[in-house]
Amino acid sequence: MAEVKRGYVRPLDLKQGRIDLTHGSGGRSMVQLISELFAKHLGNEYLGQGNDGAVLPAPTVDGRAGRIVMSTDCHVVSPLFFPGGDIGCLSVHGTINDVAVMGAAPLYLAAGFVLEEGFPLADLARIVESMARAAREAGVPVVTGDTKVVERGKGDGVFITTTGVGVLRDGVELGGSRVRPGDAVIISGSMGDHGVAIMSKRENLSFDAPIESDTAALHGLIADMLATGVDLRCLRDPTRGGLAATLNEIAGQSGVGMMLHEKAIPVKQVVAAACEFLGLDPLYVANEGKLIAICAAADTKRVLAAMRAHPLGREAAVIGEAIADDHHFVQLTTSFGGRRIVDWLAGDQLPRIC
Amino acid sequence: MKYIDEFRDGELAKNLAASIRAEVEPGRSYSFMEFCGGHTHAISRYGLSDLLPPAVHMVHGPGCPVCVLPIGRVDMAIDLALNHGVILCTYGDTLRIPASDGLSLMKAKARGGDVRMVYSTIDALQIARDNPEREVVFFAIGFETTTPPTAVAIQQAEAEGLMNFSALCCHVLTPSAISNILESPEVRQWGTVPLDGFIGPAHVSTVIGSRPYEFFAEEYRKPVVIAGFEPLDVMQAILMLVRQVNEGRAEVENEFSRAVSRDGNLKAQDRVAEVFELRREFEWRGLSVVPYSALKIRQKYAAFDAERRFKLDYRSVPDNKACDCGAILRGVKKPQDCKLFGTVCTPENPIGSCMVSSEGACAAHYSYGRYKDMH
Repeated sequence: MAEVKRGYVRPLDLKQGRIDLTHGSGGRSMVQLISELFAKHLGNEYLGQGNDGAVLPAPTVDGRAGRIVMSTDCHVVSPLFFPGGDIGCLSVHGTINDVAVMGAAPLYLAAGFVLEEGFPLADLARIVESMARAAREAGVPVVTGDTKVVERGKGDGVFITTTGVGVLRDGVELGGSRVRPGDAVIISGSMGDHGVAIMSKRENLSFDAPIESDTAALHGLIADMLATGVDLRCLRDPTRGGLAATLNEIAGQSGVGMMLHEKAIPVKQVVAAACEFLGLDPLYVANEGKLIAICAAADTKRVLAAMRAHPLGREAAVIGEAIADDHHFVQLTTSFGGRRIVDWLAGDQLPRIC
Repeated sequence: MKYIDEFRDGELAKNLAASIRAEVEPGRSYSFMEFCGGHTHAISRYGLSDLLPPAVHMVHGPGCPVCVLPIGRVDMAIDLALNHGVILCTYGDTLRIPASDGLSLMKAKARGGDVRMVYSTIDALQIARDNPEREVVFFAIGFETTTPPTAVAIQQAEAEGLMNFSALCCHVLTPSAISNILESPEVRQWGTVPLDGFIGPAHVSTVIGSRPYEFFAEEYRKPVVIAGFEPLDVMQAILMLVRQVNEGRAEVENEFSRAVSRDGNLKAQDRVAEVFELRREFEWRGLSVVPYSALKIRQKYAAFDAERRFKLDYRSVPDNKACDCGAILRGVKKPQDCKLFGTVCTPENPIGSCMVSSEGACAAHYSYGRYKDMH
């Protein structure tokens, strides 16, 4: 007769194993997945509380109560692993950046996973490890989370939703509606890296381009910018829809127009070339580690100096200015010497035929 | 980018603009039609018209493959996707063309149609290889540029015995469209559309060569300058057209000599001739039915002809009454003359096909140039 080992559960097979419906059913398998994978990598004192919610200390700035900033972001990306990153670190950086561009110091993250039946545990482990590394490097722990499993064919491998909480010092007021005509528009670096890195690995499109996603947490750079004491009007990270969508958003909120200068906008050679043959415009391609900063023209030098002193802002550049315009157009002087609108994107950017 | 930046140089553009200004004769007006959507796009994208003197007018032509595709043809593709259970492969731009019943291929996809965007016919063939149990149809649209790849795909499918692959052939011919415009009463009889010359197609001409345009230059006394799609190409072509007009010449000149020869790509022409033959007539959006203006698949390759295979019938569908795409494609109206432009018809919600592709006159003007109407 076999000798029954009390409480023994065979360890997760992280090499060959796959997600199945039991991993989301609330039974032992689920607990095992959480403890052997999620808790193992992401563990910290708050996650370790093991209750339905994490109990966190009231946030303070310089010993005083601050306001709370909260943001959430759903991450769906195909492919899940791409040059320069994966959905794991992306889901950490994305939400940290959304909190940070409000001027807040990001403190905590919550993570929700929707896993598709059949998804390899080895891939999941890579993703969770990457998340843990990103959270550790950023100093922002994942303090609570949830996992659900959907049937095969009803998901795309993994979807990750992260929610971030940060604390905002009194007096810091950043927002898309604070831009005034004459303000300078600055970006922290080259446009389109993330989107092109992703596209280069799409199933039906793979091409060899020596380009990596720019995915990165920007709160360090932002803290340095805030430390200058300059009245920043607005910070925003140009993710989906790229620079064009984000500037149109801000122009609408503030009721101003923008005039950009094509020559001043940094775009890497390889990104420009990839966009050229795909028939895309780099101004509409997504970024995950860049920010747009808008400040009064007089403050430009100080902001730019602070940005360039940080590794993530070395290529920071002034790319244009806000102007008075009742139509809130974002316009561009082309390197060719003409002028045009940089409009909202209509649906997805689709390649032209000819 | 090598071989690209040279053709987008702002300093050279200034010099060319100065030459054009210097050569334009006082009191004279110059109207040139850029036939191709690729040129329309370049003109808008680089703000080229800002560099031209007021006497030079650019008239947008019908050379946007998406714009001239009639609703009935898109309906056929949608029918294949929704009612015949095929995998319908299509170039990206085509996805958003408005069709009957408020549908488009993109909306058909949302309703469960298996519609896939491909970059080339090679991708469509691969999809057919990967899905031997499914019918795979390639929605073959475009001018002479995209025709040879379709021919090659059909021959390749035959060679491999890839019998689940077929093409819905909607390929059209540039010279027929140009004659149609030149023959139109607005140009020939009434002169309401003054046309002093043409910027000839770039990519199309790499295939057909410059010879086919010689007839237009001679018969209709209109100068043609074949130009590349880069903005400096367009500027140079305009200068060459201005000179021809000033000197009373009507010749075919080739600005795009780095890619276009007089005879074109003979191998590509042979492949096209092997697989396709002329259609007796074809409906164009904007130009209506134009005789011998399109291609169909030869009997020899009937097995790869989706029209025969799925017994599809063409049904002509009229455009929205208020939509001026037809007149815009013929150069009779400008986008901003249309009542729907920028009101109910926008790139998010196109009513007419010219608002779909960024090569379309309406979409190009809306996305890049509409600030000019408002100040």
